[in-house]
Amino acid sequence: MTGEIGSGTPRVGGGVRVTGAYEYVGDIRLPNVLHAKLVSLSCPRARIRSIDTSAAERVPGVRLVTTASDLPQPVPRFGPQFRDRPVLAVEETKYQGEPVAAVAGESEDAAEEAVRLVRVDYDELPAVFDVAGALAPDSPLVQDPSLRPGDAWAETNVLREHRFGWGDVDAAQSDVVVEGTYSFPMVTHFAIEPHGFMAAPDGDGVAIWSSIQHPYWLQRVIAQVLALPLAKVRVIAPDPGGAFGGKQHAKFEPLVALMALRARRPVRLILSLEQTFQAARRISTEIRVRTGFRSDGAITFRDIDANYLVGAYADISDRAVSKGSYVSCGPYRVPAARIVARSLLSHTPPATAFRGFGTPQPNWAVESNMDEAARLLEIDPLRLRTQNLARRGEIFIPGDTPADGEWEQAVRRTAEMIDWGSPLPPGRGRGIAVGLKSGPTTGLSYSTVRLLADGSAIVQAGTSDMGQGSRTLFAQFVAEELGVPVERISIVMGDTAVVPYDQQTSASRSTVLMGNAVLQACEEIRAKVRAMATRLYGIGEAAIIVERGTVRLPDREVPIEAMLKPGLGSLGGEVIGNGESRKEGEPGHPMGGTAAFYEFNCTAVEVEVDELTGDVVVARHVTVSDVGRAINPLQVRGQDEGAAIQGLGHTFMEHYVLDGSGRIRNLGAIDYRIPTSMDLPLEMHSASIENGDGPGPYGAKGVSEGALLPVAAAVAAAIRDATGAVIRDLPLTPERVWLALMSRPPEGRAAGRSAEARPGE
Amino acid sequence: MTEPDGTVVIALTVNGHRRSVRVFPHHTLLDLLRDELGLTGTKSCCLVGECGACTVSLNGRIVDSCLVLAAEADGAEVTTIEGLAVNGQLSGLQRAFLEEGASQCGYCTPGQVMAARDLLERTPHPTVGEVQEAMGGNLCRCGCYYQITAAVLAAAEAAGR
Repeated sequence: MTGEIGSGTPRVGGGVRVTGAYEYVGDIRLPNVLHAKLVSLSCPRARIRSIDTSAAERVPGVRLVTTASDLPQPVPRFGPQFRDRPVLAVEETKYQGEPVAAVAGESEDAAEEAVRLVRVDYDELPAVFDVAGALAPDSPLVQDPSLRPGDAWAETNVLREHRFGWGDVDAAQSDVVVEGTYSFPMVTHFAIEPHGFMAAPDGDGVAIWSSIQHPYWLQRVIAQVLALPLAKVRVIAPDPGGAFGGKQHAKFEPLVALMALRARRPVRLILSLEQTFQAARRISTEIRVRTGFRSDGAITFRDIDANYLVGAYADISDRAVSKGSYVSCGPYRVPAARIVARSLLSHTPPATAFRGFGTPQPNWAVESNMDEAARLLEIDPLRLRTQNLARRGEIFIPGDTPADGEWEQAVRRTAEMIDWGSPLPPGRGRGIAVGLKSGPTTGLSYSTVRLLADGSAIVQAGTSDMGQGSRTLFAQFVAEELGVPVERISIVMGDTAVVPYDQQTSASRSTVLMGNAVLQACEEIRAKVRAMATRLYGIGEAAIIVERGTVRLPDREVPIEAMLKPGLGSLGGEVIGNGESRKEGEPGHPMGGTAAFYEFNCTAVEVEVDELTGDVVVARHVTVSDVGRAINPLQVRGQDEGAAIQGLGHTFMEHYVLDGSGRIRNLGAIDYRIPTSMDLPLEMHSASIENGDGPGPYGAKGVSEGALLPVAAAVAAAIRDATGAVIRDLPLTPERVWLALMSRPPEGRAAGRSAEARPGE
Repeated sequence: MTEPDGTVVIALTVNGHRRSVRVFPHHTLLDLLRDELGLTGTKSCCLVGECGACTVSLNGRIVDSCLVLAAEADGAEVTTIEGLAVNGQLSGLQRAFLEEGASQCGYCTPGQVMAARDLLERTPHPTVGEVQEAMGGNLCRCGCYYQITAAVLAAAEAAGR
């Protein structure tokens, strides 16, 4: 396998995964390591009166008990958007599970016993844990106003309010206005690898191991917290065992680093799955959508008021709020738009990025609203989409990147694949929805490619390969550009001391941004090889072409590999190429920069609804993404189908269950269900639209998030099609579906296909 | 026999090698494999027997090693993911996982492969439904389920040839 572009090259790094040899963070055993455990409270908010660590310190094998008072004062705070999160809770805990102390011992047993013996005297305080509570004027403040000096919102739980729009919504002339409020609950990433962190003193600096997506960002955070130069902070980031956005930003690395420096020993903290539920979640939302239409189906305006409930600390959530709400009118031609989106602080686990980055929530609202509109206007939901869809080159968000794909092509393909419009038996229904996500708005990736003396190659790229398969793609790029077989290429990632800077692994950017850097590095190598050939053969550079693995001279062809030995000379060595790929921001742009590309997906499903139980079976699920160019169709399929299945999780089963005090009652794998192999659609079909029109290598766009966006709305539309029941809250549990079926007005039942099939009547 | 420090000494066979180890009575087989024997191919996640990441073969049947006490494995034959490839040669199942794209992040993969191996030992030619049911206790958050099923069926077919 030489890794041709467009081939299903098996995963680079796959061999060590199927044998269990790959070492994720939790598999790395440092000598002399201390095991850390966290002390936390079970309530969402409490005032800490005192912490008594004396009994814990006496546990044999315990080496360190750390509370906020043992940390530098004032306790360092960090965060990617706001420096709001303390290393350990100071005076007050603000979410269930926020650590108030940490223990490190020679064994996990010792640390666990010590955790049980730390006595925390505290008063539980009233908490804010839903949108209404966050907005109520008499609610407690989540954040200390002194953290936001001069901010007019500082005395409220509104972290930020974002306003976007164009045209005059109030002046729009509409025949029909469709309005609804749609809710999306708190859900969690549930990567099968729980978050893991280690730190160790490293000379006059520190080394950090973390299953993190953004090692270079973490390097900056640790350097700030410890007041160290960047060069003295080494972040080693083994490939995450699933991340999905939940591992973008620092969580407990600063704590572990401070503990390691205090203990002068390596310290290791592996979270339990229950703790990961409290470390990262998706932002929950309540979104009101009003859309105006002409009777022929043309959209006249869209008015969106979105409340996003973020956690106690912002993490990157407010950026997800702004970026997701900014594109919330979708891929449509909307003449007038008003978008108001609030980030509301609450005493809940810090919300963060999660596949789709603030977009699946408004997509659920807006695409459900479109389906309701189609029904009211008596227009086919498919036609309502295609009619309003922006065409290639059309500006659909003023000031931003125009439509960059043949999106209608994806919709038509989806319709064909699901047999849209063909008759269905009673109890069955079909639904369709589209999704649009903005790609990265800024970016910076460096890559170094090293062509070694024997013709093999090393690629240094700071992307995190968390399952999306970037190692494979980068190897394919080098195989294509330099003719090196994939099996003779090593991809080195995940070590800030070795690999040059990469801004981050998010927004499905790496194929495009790091990919372009890898291509540029290969271009530099080709230029050096051309110069080498000139020197060796005395031929002008203009007469030499270097293509894939071959140097074409006027009279013959020489493989690069054969030229390296004489070219490099008796000392050997290597040919080094450096690449740099930038996506500059734009001053004054509401997002800081235009979208590098859009991810567009169309999803259609066919469901069967059991009216006795409310159970829904997805008989067919079709997902079609505009990918520009599928570098590796095997991996594109994995990303699209995987995103679709993850979307089915929040569609049907996933949500945090909170009790009246704000405590989460379903932490862990028994009570929080994610899709298994028994929860799948009976059939799933995915396809790619490939027009080579992306900004990445060979016309690629980003892939990985699009296929998740429209799943919930497509399923709800199919349930409505089957039964007439309209549901505006996720997840679509059997109970919720059944209640919606029971509360249908008689005419609502007639709207479904199974009006006559309701048993017992 | 219990030692003065509360540990017990057990003997077991892991991937064909006889091992004698000192374990605490409350430690699980997962703890033993990962922490005492350094066999970190078996992964840890939910610790309540729901996710299947820690699946190993114990006396010829798969178990969630987080739910088995190490002491219960006294005298047992244990096979872990590290025991599948022979002299660096991947097993048919492992090859099929690679070829079908059935491993994305790869963290659940050892457990998936162990569950699939157990299925194929008992049911050499399973149907799609039998694969999905047998693998229902192995979560994959990357959502490779269709690819995993395809890999198991491909391995079954290759073994039958």
